Amino acid sequence: MGSSLAERLIEELNCETVFTIHLGSLEIPVMESVVVTWIVMAVLILLAIFLTRDLKTQNISKRQAFAELVYEKLTGIVGGMLGEEGKIYTGYLTTVLLYIGLSNIIGLFGFKSPTKDLNVTAALALMSIVLVEFAGIYQNGVKKWLHKFTEPVAIVTPFNILDVFTRPLSLCMRLFGNVLGAFVIMELLKIVCPPVIPAVFSLYFDLFDGLLQAYVFVFLTSLYIKEAVE
Amino acid sequence: MNTLIAIGAGIAVVTGLGAGIGIGIATGKACEGIARQPEAEGKIQKNLILGCALAEATAIYGFVIALMIIVMLQ
Repeated sequence: MGSSLAERLIEELNCETVFTIHLGSLEIPVMESVVVTWIVMAVLILLAIFLTRDLKTQNISKRQAFAELVYEKLTGIVGGMLGEEGKIYTGYLTTVLLYIGLSNIIGLFGFKSPTKDLNVTAALALMSIVLVEFAGIYQNGVKKWLHKFTEPVAIVTPFNILDVFTRPLSLCMRLFGNVLGAFVIMELLKIVCPPVIPAVFSLYFDLFDGLLQAYVFVFLTSLYIKEAVE
Repeated sequence: MNTLIAIGAGIAVVTGLGAGIGIGIATGKACEGIARQPEAEGKIQKNLILGCALAEATAIYGFVIALMIIVMLQ
């Protein structure tokens, strides 16, 4: 049992190449996580198109009421975390929240979560830190952005520079580790006690923890942005 | 060699100790806070869940390292 579990884990850790695009002499391998990301994108885009068809200002339909409720709630949560000065980044962070949330719970439908691939979480973390630094430069100018590194005292400058690298690393590892950890525990449970019990735990690990991690990712990014723009 | 790998992975998972203590203290304080001010329960709960998710991260790092030790060294 031990060796078969290890083999299955390694198999799940390796991201398979689904197909390869040939562009002349250039070969682009397309990973499984990319394909699942396309599925997530398709679901979100179709949902958005369906929910925002023929919007009215009066006598709104139930569909529009639902769309408005979702929009208000999500932008309310993210906007509240970003504060007054960071409001313009609400759109991006809400999108990230929806994407990570859906890709964490898409494992329930039999797909492999894209967030279980280290490359995906690394890309998300990289985008976050680029946005944070861009927000700092855009809002305060290059001079003040550089000066921020020496605050509160000049001696902490190396640590502030180190922060630029450790922040995306911790964002990336946190999301990846949580999704992978939940997956490993679920696999173990499925082997140890197959009937009803895994379903109960799946509710916690897949649904609750997945959505919580999406929230934590967005919360931390907005915290960094808030700190950069003030 | 296999024994050494197992010992290394076991040591890496000891990081869970810190996360357990941290979450325990946080939950205890949250209970105290709610007992003192029951009307602030919603806010306390939100912050508690967030803090727990952050404290949990250290345990997760240990887990990732342990898994990497097992997978990479075999």
